[in-house]
Amino acid sequence: MAEQVITGWRKWMMGIGEQCVFFSRFFRNIFAGGFEWSEFVRQCYEIGYRSLMLVGITSFIMGFVLILQLRPSLVSLGAASMLPKTLAVSFVREMGPVITAIICAGKIASSIGAELGSMKVTEQIDAMEVSGANPIQYLVVTRIIATSLMVPLLSIIGDVIGLVGGFLALNINDSISFTLYFQKCIGSLDFSDFLPAVIKTIFFGFAIGFVGCYKGYNSNKGTESVGIAANSAVVTASLWIFVIDAIAVQITSFLFYK
Amino acid sequence: MAATKGNIEPKKKTPAAKDEIVIHAKGLKKSFGDKEVLKNITFDLKRGENMVVLGKSGQGKSVTIQCVVGMLKPDGGDLEVFGEGVTQMSDEELKQLRIKIGFLFQSGALYDSMTVRENLEFPLTRVLKLKDQAEIDKKVEEVLDNVGLLDAIDKMPSDLSGGMRKRVGLARTLIVNPEIMLYDEPTTGLDPITSREISELILHMQQKYKTSSIIITHDLECARITADRIVVMNDGEYIAEGSWKELQKSDNELVKSFFIETT
Repeated sequence: MAEQVITGWRKWMMGIGEQCVFFSRFFRNIFAGGFEWSEFVRQCYEIGYRSLMLVGITSFIMGFVLILQLRPSLVSLGAASMLPKTLAVSFVREMGPVITAIICAGKIASSIGAELGSMKVTEQIDAMEVSGANPIQYLVVTRIIATSLMVPLLSIIGDVIGLVGGFLALNINDSISFTLYFQKCIGSLDFSDFLPAVIKTIFFGFAIGFVGCYKGYNSNKGTESVGIAANSAVVTASLWIFVIDAIAVQITSFLFYK
Repeated sequence: MAATKGNIEPKKKTPAAKDEIVIHAKGLKKSFGDKEVLKNITFDLKRGENMVVLGKSGQGKSVTIQCVVGMLKPDGGDLEVFGEGVTQMSDEELKQLRIKIGFLFQSGALYDSMTVRENLEFPLTRVLKLKDQAEIDKKVEEVLDNVGLLDAIDKMPSDLSGGMRKRVGLARTLIVNPEIMLYDEPTTGLDPITSREISELILHMQQKYKTSSIIITHDLECARITADRIVVMNDGEYIAEGSWKELQKSDNELVKSFFIETT
């Protein structure tokens, strides 16, 4: 039993070490020159544009549902007029970034993990490496930077769509014009709501890209490993999103909401 | 396209094969956990020579060539390529060495998100850093023509047969003009006719590009067509060495069992 715990602990520590080495390889290659612009643009399209519909639909539904859930409580408190503000603040600060990141973890981290995992299994990564090319620069740097940029962008678009969903839900029982609704939403937000949320989504995006690449790049050789890499990428990236969120909220509260 | 058709004779030692040694391995050892995969491997590969490593699966044949390109680090012994110790090389030195060595993987290892053209352009733009598109196009077309697949230039790897994938893999490796070619089971998984075509192509490409080659295989026909010299590997050691004809006359039971089909 004790031996198993020690073995598990040692394996975990080795995993941490391997991730640090992988991170340093990624970091060194950002500045190594010869950035793969065409692959980066392709990844931005794959990661950003191809996730837009999913993020949009999810954000719309969440905005819609949130208003329906909040309304009875706020009406009973006589604060129905606070609905747009409550939705805007909760969505921009927390719901939008986290929902977008979780959706992206499911879609992007798994697809990166599976893609690189299958490249590993079919010796494509080895072929790149023994040809003298740089697979980290071509496969890893481009994907991690693309996710770090696209997830914040998706999150901002998701916020707007979520507020639109909230507007439609609000008009089921009440009547409020689109202009007035958005004036109330925007008026209730300030810099300290928006900026920390965007910064935290950059970290979410980085975690999604990094975990997907690490799991895929270091998968074992065997078809089963592709599934394991994809699955493990989703689970680990999702976990990291909540950990980063908890840390980010603490820092934001300390800096802005004392 | 292929060098010779019909009944090919075992390859004769080429006049181009000088005594310059391009790969020197002495007492190579490699283990994975408790399993000793390479026990005491010693060989020299001369310039222009085709050396075939023959043996059953799981005997450590591929591990040898993976050590040569620095994919694996041997646990012991000396390994020199072009007179430089591979195990002592820095990442940059290893990268420079790899440009001079072509490695054809068992599966072809084509990048499946790219077309055949893009697969071939990849080493030109990333390794040789070529910028002139006209020059790149010319090289791509020339090497594809050499392997007889110019028509497949805009196809995706998924649209190609196993033999075609190996040809494209070979073209992608040869496009940077390597001095040494390492073939990992080049005919595995192919039908006898395609296997023979690939073996003939390997021989033809060796003559055209003047490469020195190590061919890992358990396909006797491939060994017969391509080899200047054959070494037989068993349980992590080289147990016999010689030309095709010499090995056919060997007294070693294991070597005999390999050649029994052809005699």
